[in-house]
Amino acid sequence: MKDDILNAIETRLGLSRRSFMQFCAAMAGTMGLPSGAEAEIAKAIASPKRPPVIWLHFQECTGCTESLLRADHPTLDKLILEIISLDYHESLFAAAGHQAEAARKASMAANKGKYILVVEGAIPVKDGGIYCKIGGQTALDMVKECAADAAAVVAIGSCASWGGMPSTSPNPTGSTGVNEIIKDKPVVTIPGCPPNPYNLLSTVVHFLTFGKLPDLDEKGRPKFAYGRIVHENCERRAHFDAGRFAQEFGDEGHRKGFCLYKLGCKGPETYANCPSILFGDVGSGSWPVGTGHPCIGCTEQGIGFQKPIHALAEPKYVVPPVSYPRITEDQGQGMTTGSAALIAGVAGLAAGAGLALGRNLGKSDDQSSGKE
Amino acid sequence: MAHASPLGGSVVTKTTVIAAAFAAAAAIILAYRFIYGLGAVANISNGYPWGIWIVWDVIIGTAFGCGGYAMALLVYVMNKGEYHPLVRPALTASLFGYSLGGASVIFDLGRYWNAWHIFTPGWINVNSVMFEVAACIGCYVLVLWIEFLPVIAEKYASPEMRKKISKTLYIFIALGVLLPTMHQSSLGSMLVVFGFHIHPLWQTELLPLLFLLSALGMGYSIVIFEATLVNASYRRPSEAGIVGKLGRYMVFLIAAYLVIRWGEIIVDGKLGLVFSSGGLSLAFLLENLLFLIPIILMASEEKRANAQLQFVAAVCLLLGGALYRIDAYLTAYDRPGWHYFPSVSEMLVTIGIIAIEVLAYIVFVKRLPVLHTVKRAHGVAATTNE
Repeated sequence: MKDDILNAIETRLGLSRRSFMQFCAAMAGTMGLPSGAEAEIAKAIASPKRPPVIWLHFQECTGCTESLLRADHPTLDKLILEIISLDYHESLFAAAGHQAEAARKASMAANKGKYILVVEGAIPVKDGGIYCKIGGQTALDMVKECAADAAAVVAIGSCASWGGMPSTSPNPTGSTGVNEIIKDKPVVTIPGCPPNPYNLLSTVVHFLTFGKLPDLDEKGRPKFAYGRIVHENCERRAHFDAGRFAQEFGDEGHRKGFCLYKLGCKGPETYANCPSILFGDVGSGSWPVGTGHPCIGCTEQGIGFQKPIHALAEPKYVVPPVSYPRITEDQGQGMTTGSAALIAGVAGLAAGAGLALGRNLGKSDDQSSGKE
Repeated sequence: MAHASPLGGSVVTKTTVIAAAFAAAAAIILAYRFIYGLGAVANISNGYPWGIWIVWDVIIGTAFGCGGYAMALLVYVMNKGEYHPLVRPALTASLFGYSLGGASVIFDLGRYWNAWHIFTPGWINVNSVMFEVAACIGCYVLVLWIEFLPVIAEKYASPEMRKKISKTLYIFIALGVLLPTMHQSSLGSMLVVFGFHIHPLWQTELLPLLFLLSALGMGYSIVIFEATLVNASYRRPSEAGIVGKLGRYMVFLIAAYLVIRWGEIIVDGKLGLVFSSGGLSLAFLLENLLFLIPIILMASEEKRANAQLQFVAAVCLLLGGALYRIDAYLTAYDRPGWHYFPSVSEMLVTIGIIAIEVLAYIVFVKRLPVLHTVKRAHGVAATTNE
């Protein structure tokens, strides 16, 4: 990459070249891209062309946006203002009311087929979707309108992914996820409550760099982030394998950091990269299990907000062993009477046979030579 | 090689029946092992993961099986055609020594159902000595059976088929020399990896060379041992003359082995340990004595022609080589707090495997053209019962 572009980045993002390249490498690493991808990512981000983003809020708590604001490399304000062009976001907009809606419509018209649509929150469909309206328009209607001309649709958070918390039984408003409504184009779902902001950043950066979405699983989740169950990379996994469990909150095992499986940890049945990339950029242990609370399975439809938090998980493929190895190991024993007798017998037999044979050898030699 | 013929006679004799009984006992114990696991029959532990099933059946068993290798080296590489009559019997013994050694590895594997990983590219760790040994022995077993093919073909195949086999055989003979050179030395390299767990009298970076030299020496010894045994048992004329000449190579190899072994000990300043290591000193000296005796016994041309001296020298060298391997792998292997001594069932399996080797050898020499034809003119019957 040319130096002047990098210099431009320094002034534009207020980031040192070093931090910028670190960010690009971290993104490439998070997505498991091959070496060399970080340069392409840097080139894509350094490009002055910024893709427009329209960010819709429906049935949600704004936790996803809040968690995104805590992303540190680079801080979200840099991301918003310099990497993407955030044309519509209800929480962060200076504009209000009809002014804001006008900005959305103007952006959609100007960037037809080129903007990224991000949806935060579930969409109620019962009774014509009347339970969530913005500027008099139902959420159902709005998401259809915005998705029609979007280049890519991203559902952020568990609510947008499958309905999440608002869809919990009896689900009075008929809350549902984006991919139940938008069927004509792929919807990337980034579930979690809140999801890790880096999983969204990585997805957007991947789209910027390569012009296409990352590999998705059958539920629309990027495979780089949701390819493995929490249990696989959990720092407490060794305790699970060794059969050391916290039995209740505050007991000795809990204080010693044993496995939380018996407290209802859903790690064994939940796909997410939480133990690998952690939260909040504050170092090790900064994720639910790390702080001593069982995983509630917030990224997994049918687990999070549905299964009781302290109900036992059904391990997907890593199951506890039927029995555990002994703690003290038998270090072996010396010679026994039987084994000594057997060795002596075999040795005696071999010696006898050898002697008998050896004694006859000369004779047979004489015989054969005599006959020859 | 056209001068070989089957011994003939019944395969049901006292020897074969006893051997079959031991083999059956081993089979029962092995069935038990595969149902109830290793711990149920063997005394091996995490401290001593390798017991006699590895040290005797594989490491010593394949060294005893070096007869075919040693003879191929002599006849095909050094072009000493005069020893040709000894190649087939040696090859037959190697065949069973190696095949059963390979099988023993499976018995000893805790998770034997993963054994196919050894030959699966995605699982291979090319930096592992164990992989080298496993793959190499596996290939050599196959090569041995191919090398042995002409013997079977002589009895069962058409002349054109035999021609085809003999045309491609040189490749396998070459492999049959290369592969044992690789893994017999690697059996020593495995001990180098053990590092400080092996007593300094045995631990040296020259272990691969020492293992190779002693294995070759044992290869010639086993040819002498087995020729003596077969000729005595079946009242065939003694082969003391031709076999005695092998003594020359044996002496040369073992002298080289002793010079290198003691040279390393002296140069590394470990001479004091020879006398100050308690029981291990005794084992070390006994081992070296067993290597030294054959050199003395086979010192002159005259002595080498003596059938009795040949036999004693061969037995001493085989015992010395076996003891060297037992010492290096078990006796001199130090794991404080851990103990190992083979259990009765473990030993019965090893005895059973030896019994199978004896049994199979007898059946093969009686049914296939392995041993060279003895002319009736000599006045000695070629076929007798035992």
